[in-house]
Amino acid sequence: MAKMTMVQALNLALHQEMEKDDRVLVLGEDVGLDGGVFRVTEGLFHKFGPERVIDTPLAESGIAGFSIGMALYGLRPVCEMQFSGFDYFAMHQMECHAARLRWRSQGRFSVPMVLRAPYGGGVRALEHHSESREAYWAHTPGLKMVIPSTPRNARSLLVSAIRDPDPVVFYEPKAVYRAFREEVPEEEETFPIGKSQVVREGNDITVISYGATLHPTLEAASELKEKHGIDAEVIDLLTISPLDDELFAASARKTGRVVVVHEAPRGFGPGAEIVARLGEKAFLYLEAPVRRVTGFDIVIPLFQREQQYLPGVYRIVEAVRETLNF
Amino acid sequence: MPRSEIDLPYRVEYLGVLDQEGQVDSSVEPSIPDEVLLKIHRTMILARKFDERMLTLQRQGRIGTFAPIKGQEAQIGAVAVLEPDDWLVPSFREMPAEVWRGKSLESILLLYGGYNEGGRVPEGLNNLPVAIPVGSQTLHAAGLAYGIRYRKQKQVAMTFFGDGATSEGDFHEAMNFAAVFQVPAVFVVQNNHWAISVPRSHQTHSRTLAQKALAYDMPGLQVDGNDVLAVYAAAREAVDRARAGGGPSLIEMVTYRMSMHTTADDPKKYRTEEEVEQWIKRDPITRFQKYLTEKGLLSDEAIASLETEVQNQIKAAEERWVKQTETAVDPLAMFEHAYAEMPPHLLAQREELRHELADRENAGLGTR
Repeated sequence: MAKMTMVQALNLALHQEMEKDDRVLVLGEDVGLDGGVFRVTEGLFHKFGPERVIDTPLAESGIAGFSIGMALYGLRPVCEMQFSGFDYFAMHQMECHAARLRWRSQGRFSVPMVLRAPYGGGVRALEHHSESREAYWAHTPGLKMVIPSTPRNARSLLVSAIRDPDPVVFYEPKAVYRAFREEVPEEEETFPIGKSQVVREGNDITVISYGATLHPTLEAASELKEKHGIDAEVIDLLTISPLDDELFAASARKTGRVVVVHEAPRGFGPGAEIVARLGEKAFLYLEAPVRRVTGFDIVIPLFQREQQYLPGVYRIVEAVRETLNF
Repeated sequence: MPRSEIDLPYRVEYLGVLDQEGQVDSSVEPSIPDEVLLKIHRTMILARKFDERMLTLQRQGRIGTFAPIKGQEAQIGAVAVLEPDDWLVPSFREMPAEVWRGKSLESILLLYGGYNEGGRVPEGLNNLPVAIPVGSQTLHAAGLAYGIRYRKQKQVAMTFFGDGATSEGDFHEAMNFAAVFQVPAVFVVQNNHWAISVPRSHQTHSRTLAQKALAYDMPGLQVDGNDVLAVYAAAREAVDRARAGGGPSLIEMVTYRMSMHTTADDPKKYRTEEEVEQWIKRDPITRFQKYLTEKGLLSDEAIASLETEVQNQIKAAEERWVKQTETAVDPLAMFEHAYAEMPPHLLAQREELRHELADRENAGLGTR
């Protein structure tokens, strides 16, 4: 096993899936010779050529709609949005067509495409380069919304997304891209879309997160144990939609207390849906209101203030302690 | 350096084969086998009569809103050059083209009668379903055509849209992608002069829509869109070029929407009767019938018996539609085809509705 960054792990997934299946094509802005602005598609152009690794014109709706046409033809396009902050152009194609063509044609056609985009703050970027708007996609019937958190699960989830028969929006936490390395096996590995994972076991409280904020959540869990003797169970959602509510509801029934952590704005965010599901599936077991530790309902500030905006260890630790003391 | 003219590879041309009276200009007359000419004519009549019947059914409340096609039957000339395994990527005013390509009348009634099942595309038929967001489907044709090129197939993808769609970004992105990658796509804009209440002149300052092709170094041809022979000739040229690896083309059909945008609007509010009268004189069916009659392929008696035959065909389709609606009553079918495999939350929501329906049934509450 090699130790890899998330960028390298995603690159491995693309290399292997393209080798295995000639239906898989990669397209987007600067994904060819340049290897993508974050280098996720590096080396693919030289290995698979311009027919399969396509530098497209600069048009996100075009990239998404073109991918839909390819998928309708039986190909498995993996298109890249350079930043999630620009994928609103593509949203209309994804909502009106990618998400609906199976339904509209009553099963005759399907759109097995992946729309990849780096999301989230923490890298001192320009405006439009730090958003976390997964709720838009998760709200769309017919789409699946996946967000990995580590190199290894990024690789296995991307493989699963490429093989999925339905359109998958795949957000990559750019703050994690090169933040650390993890062992990633060379041999094929997949992870089922629609399933979450308990990444730290505990009995006192359940903390649910995903993507970039999983890491401060895990740090907070260690601190809670070391400094306060609190055993937090941490769940990594991995798939935002469809939501694996059975897993976190079971954990909530065990611990009776839940905190949800994400950097997306709070209002109508994934946390709101999680709280609602807990109300449906674990209401009688809850001993405190479910807390949401999230981004605020404002545009994420420019980078001098983004660390105060993003949920960090302090805010998570405090929310857990308050929930336990409720 | 002085200013100099930049030499572009294409110029915008106009093509008409039949004049307003249906007289042919034999120098540009396409060579079409007699049986194909008659099949085109028959399908034009079928489309016109079916459109009229749909309007009646809509007024009776038996089907919902739809976009009438009256006056735009010459679109059949474009799809008549396609092979069965080519791709048709329609918007919502291509009923004649869809029928030519094998879509059943009853499935159209089923769709506009409010059943998702009407959108079902039979296996082997490479027609995409109707796309309602204006212009958005053009990108799918470009992507399909990329697939064709990638797989080294000889197919083409033909997409239809209206004059209003040329204002949409997706149209320009599709033209651009198709041209950059030189894919076998044919873009057919039906310039019917009205995007609901907004005239063609407010959509674009360009003198023609065909000239928009020049921005993408793509051939653009304007044709008399009420002249099925001109449409056929233009499509033949574009499809042959695409199939031979010569890349995409744009065809502007200058036609007219003789009826309303959809059954939900009243064109009297925004256009004059005189304008409509002028276009009725250029009715694509009347002109084509004159041509066929002069060619000795058609007579008044033949037209009369064809109309009866077509009415019977429509009646039979209506009967099949009514039968289908009698069996397609299960509301739980609304959950089908959301995903390849139904995820747990949808299974649960379907159960929720199943129980609610059973409870209402037991309480004798019906659909309230």
